[in-house]
Amino acid sequence: MISANLAAISYLISGILFILALRGLSSPDTSRQGNYFGIAGMIIAVVVTFLSIGNFSASLVYVVLFLVIGGAIGAFIAFKIPMTAMPELVAGFHSLVGLAAVFVAIAAFLNPAAFNLGNVGDIKLASLIEMSIGAAVGAITFSGSIIAFLKLRGIMSGAPITFSGQHILNLILGIGIFVLIFYLCKTQSTNIFWTVIIISFLVGVLLIIPIGGADMPVVISMLNSYSGWAAAGIGFTLENTALIITGALVGSSGAILSYIMCKAMNRSFISVILGGFGADNSTDDKKEKKDQKPVKSGNAEDAAFLMKNASSVIIVPGYGMAVAQAQHALREMVDKLKKNDIKVTYAIHPVAGRMPGHMNVLLAEANVPYDEVFELEDINNDFANSDVAFVIGANDVTNPVAKTDPKSPIFGMPVLDVEKCKSVLFVKRSLSPGYAGIDNELFYKDNTLMLFADAKKMTEDIVKNLD
Amino acid sequence: MEIDPFIFRLSIFILSIFIGYYVVWSVTPSLHTPLMSVTNAISSVIIVGAIIAALAGTSESIFNTSSIFGFIAIILAAVNIFGGFLVTQRMLQMYKKKKDKKK
Repeated sequence: MISANLAAISYLISGILFILALRGLSSPDTSRQGNYFGIAGMIIAVVVTFLSIGNFSASLVYVVLFLVIGGAIGAFIAFKIPMTAMPELVAGFHSLVGLAAVFVAIAAFLNPAAFNLGNVGDIKLASLIEMSIGAAVGAITFSGSIIAFLKLRGIMSGAPITFSGQHILNLILGIGIFVLIFYLCKTQSTNIFWTVIIISFLVGVLLIIPIGGADMPVVISMLNSYSGWAAAGIGFTLENTALIITGALVGSSGAILSYIMCKAMNRSFISVILGGFGADNSTDDKKEKKDQKPVKSGNAEDAAFLMKNASSVIIVPGYGMAVAQAQHALREMVDKLKKNDIKVTYAIHPVAGRMPGHMNVLLAEANVPYDEVFELEDINNDFANSDVAFVIGANDVTNPVAKTDPKSPIFGMPVLDVEKCKSVLFVKRSLSPGYAGIDNELFYKDNTLMLFADAKKMTEDIVKNLD
Repeated sequence: MEIDPFIFRLSIFILSIFIGYYVVWSVTPSLHTPLMSVTNAISSVIIVGAIIAALAGTSESIFNTSSIFGFIAIILAAVNIFGGFLVTQRMLQMYKKKKDKKK
């Protein structure tokens, strides 16, 4: 058994190691070292916890057993998961953090003596507030993440589910949670504690169902943030520095990512949360309009010809590339182009894909060097000087309407200036609009050639035609 | 007058939010996905609470209502810790391969 002071200092050290883990991610070169810092921090925290309890009774065997079972499941998932499924994996993991927070809070409520928080029915006031907030946020994180997971996985439709009075209901439930916590502090009643958790589960579901599939990058970041605040709440209860530091780090990390994502869509955080985006009711007009406008469409041969005669090509990947698993075929195509001395770069919009950085990971998986991949603000001026833009699976992030039509729902959203290229190749399955439900003007431009096909198949065909 | 220890914890919390703010802004956007998976892994340090809860059972009753919640939380957090760190490692490894090739 080690002293409480030594334990506290060890927890501080693991907190610092977690900070270094995030710090490492400032560049790909230092990132792996950062990850080792994180692992070291975790090992220290776990070992110190065992040592400071010093209870090596029969329970210990089970603790280790469950640790190994969980670890094996986690390791199995980590090695098996395809990179395209990262968004749902992260959502799933968030739900586990949330649920773990709820369970730890329940355990502390039922057996406060084990945590030095007082006795059953007589828990310290501050601890009671902390654990109920931790449990409530954890429960919201859990059920919200489950809904996000189901939507990302396609088990549940990505369409927003809205009903009248939704916001008022959420508000009432939110206030209800605070009122109940207030009464919980007065009465220490177990039933109220359970009610808080159940209502929080409900709030989590209600919060996420109205948010449309394409707002998922914001939702995932937001849930990331919540999971941090839940951990911090529990950290206060347990008086554990490592947990408090981590909770604060994760909470602010998720909040910053949500902010970046919202900014990239030119939407306020509030409007994303309130949801309902993409449930456009004027789709009928659009269909008519679409039929009238002429579109130039081509095949793989045309595309190959255009690119062979270009001197620079910019690739614009989007969610469609992930769905079609086209990243490896794309890399092959780029290799062929490079052999012909064509300069190829990649342009990534912050909200391309279903989570922050999604496209970068897929390109990394396909062995694309990260110094060929550029963010929106770094590459947007290059479109004007490039010959071909190859848009694969992206849509709304290239729509010039965002710059020209103040009435458009995406007006003001920063977009890639794809139309400035000499010619645009647009790989898409059909002319259907993107998530925002708006027509892309780019389809009808004179310099756009539509390639109607599955992203992977089209890319493979182009590769063949490049020989 | 003595300061409530809660204030010290609150100070740590608030200062950590500031650290988090600056550290996360310095994360390169191309590593935002690994950032999410690693924050996922580290927030599972909540396992310390689960371990305390699980070890609180006596040898006569290893599994009481409180410790059972602890045990389940251990599994959940362990899935996250191993899954989170390993999948992050797998992703970061992909960012390395190309660099070696270029050399």
